[in-house]
Amino acid sequence: MNPAAYESTFFLALRRMRAPLITIILIYAVSVVGLTLVPGVDAEGQPTRLSLFHAFYFISYTATTIGFGEIPYAFSDGQRLWVIVCIYLSVIGWAYSIGTLLALLQDQNFRNAVRLQRFGQKVRHLREPFYLVCGYGETGQLICRALDPLGLRAVVIEIDEGRVSQLDLHGLSADVPALAADARQPEVLKLAGLTHRCCRGVIALTNDDNANLAIAIAARLLAPGLPALCRAETVETANNMASFGTRHIINPFDKFGRYLALSLHAPAAYHLLEWLTGVPGTVVEPHRDPPRGRWVLCGHGRFGKVMVSTLEEMGIPVTIIDHAPPVEGDERWVRGDGAGAPALLAAGIREVVGVVACTNDDVNNLSIVVTARELNPNLFVVLRQNLQANQALFDAFESDFTVVPSQIVARECLAILTTPLLAPFLSEIKQRGEAWASTLLDQLTERFGWEAPTVWSARVDADQAPALLRLLSVPAGPPVTLGDVLFDPHDRAQELECRVLYLARADDSTVMLPHRHTPIQAGDRLLLAGRGAARGALDLTLHNENALDYVLWGREIPGGWVWEQLAKFHARWLGSGNAPRSGDAAS
Amino acid sequence: MNLEKVIFGFFIVLAATLNFGFFIGELDNPIHHDVYELFAAIVVNLIATVLKFGDRTHIGAIHLSTSLVADLQLIAAALVWGYSVHVAGAGMTPEITTKVVSLSGGALFANVVSVVILIAETIMQKR
Repeated sequence: MNPAAYESTFFLALRRMRAPLITIILIYAVSVVGLTLVPGVDAEGQPTRLSLFHAFYFISYTATTIGFGEIPYAFSDGQRLWVIVCIYLSVIGWAYSIGTLLALLQDQNFRNAVRLQRFGQKVRHLREPFYLVCGYGETGQLICRALDPLGLRAVVIEIDEGRVSQLDLHGLSADVPALAADARQPEVLKLAGLTHRCCRGVIALTNDDNANLAIAIAARLLAPGLPALCRAETVETANNMASFGTRHIINPFDKFGRYLALSLHAPAAYHLLEWLTGVPGTVVEPHRDPPRGRWVLCGHGRFGKVMVSTLEEMGIPVTIIDHAPPVEGDERWVRGDGAGAPALLAAGIREVVGVVACTNDDVNNLSIVVTARELNPNLFVVLRQNLQANQALFDAFESDFTVVPSQIVARECLAILTTPLLAPFLSEIKQRGEAWASTLLDQLTERFGWEAPTVWSARVDADQAPALLRLLSVPAGPPVTLGDVLFDPHDRAQELECRVLYLARADDSTVMLPHRHTPIQAGDRLLLAGRGAARGALDLTLHNENALDYVLWGREIPGGWVWEQLAKFHARWLGSGNAPRSGDAAS
Repeated sequence: MNLEKVIFGFFIVLAATLNFGFFIGELDNPIHHDVYELFAAIVVNLIATVLKFGDRTHIGAIHLSTSLVADLQLIAAALVWGYSVHVAGAGMTPEITTKVVSLSGGALFANVVSVVILIAETIMQKR
């Protein structure tokens, strides 16, 4: 149901409350007026009547079953007779109203309407940047979990209600507004904040290419300036998305095809890329490089097609095993079941160098590679893993490459979102050649080890580096170089465990691997790689003037006016100067 | 003929007429202003308000707001009456009567607006 329909449910609910409310008003009116008309007697036995005020008071507490007794005087029998009628009338009235109200609250449509309303309210009240994540499957979960520690908020739309309720169990620190609805509907997207001014991007990750396409179109039309990251598993969808200018189209199979191609013709560049884009904290194992020679591929589906064309582009012959009948005159095709030895032997498994198991069934894929390895232990194995749930099985089998589409998409999304400078740097790597990549990889892994580093971007602007910006905006101030700031703000003798990989100036000029004497200018964007702790330390330096001052010149700036004055006095009379950094001359 | 429209129009007009009936007369003369009429006006106004619940149109929203204004004014008048007669024990002096009646006069204005909207809505129906 779309939000407009839910809204009308809300009005419908109000309408349904009309009859019970009017009943109660009428019952009260009749009771009160009746009570004032029935004759009574006062304390002296004089005939009197209840005033409207007293009658309303009496009916109010009687109808709500509180019952304070007869006021202001004991009732006459006539009044008591009328009160009996009033009591039963009011009980019927309340029973009817409360019954209707409870039925309304139980109504599924009404509850959905309330949920939708709450969700919309939560999204509208967001005052920090957030990403709109459509599809909370494996990829969506990976992305939300990665955005959370970075302090980036997310809003989730997922069609499956079960997954939405799982969200609470995942222990994210920030509150993630989530809605079980169909993201293909533009109204749902708008409600989830597509046109919200804090929305920083739309990420379409549903497992349905058409839904992703619909989201991409909606984003393009309703929020033209917003970056959209869309998953597309077929070439047609990807082309369609590209035709109306979707900025980031992520095809996991195509992406992996390119990785494989890179690792075939430039292993060092590939390793460098893998190291830089690895999930921080995991150890990237330098695996053997894919061999050249004939390969066998099982399962000619979406992924299989991409792999075949990639391998053939690299000049590697492929034999395909598939259930489907071969295309007329296709020499490389063996029809059969890849999981069984006969088909593998028919494809010449003993003579080939590599096998790709890429059906959409995990058990099948494992069965293929286990059989293939038994027949030929030296095979280079590329294995497709469809479900994260089967991780244990894939860990136990030591393949050379395990392709997990959800992880590829998540990694790619995060790289685009959190480190926009990474993409130009990576494309530069591919152009610089093998020798250059190999040297850089050696330098970096020698310093940081094979554990995947934290890669992040920093920008010299009022938001991310206010302290440094203030220093730079002083006219004729001392120049600050990259090397100057990369020291620990707690102990300036310690160099931070990170390295600047790429520098983009405000005027669009770029510097690869900038030297430590490169001056920093306002508006610079930096791509850094290193340990997670270095990121926090650098953030402190860039944000806090005292820390920056200490890192640059070793001065401990006192906080507060009194201490500042004392320090000035001290400096004037005792002449404390700037302490040069030990080892500065040597660098 | 739509029965819902009949009931709706009936209550709106009845709310205005009862309100007018209470309001008309010398401003400070309690004999001209019967408290039962005020009570009836409040009840009918409340019913008219509830009848306006759940209308999504713009005119529906204006209807509801004028009705709420009338309710507020009439309940304020009733409170003044209740306070002076039963709490302060002063009875319906000319000052109190003036206060109650002028408050109901405000409600009358809101009710007249309601009736005007009702008429405008009816005229807009080109049937």
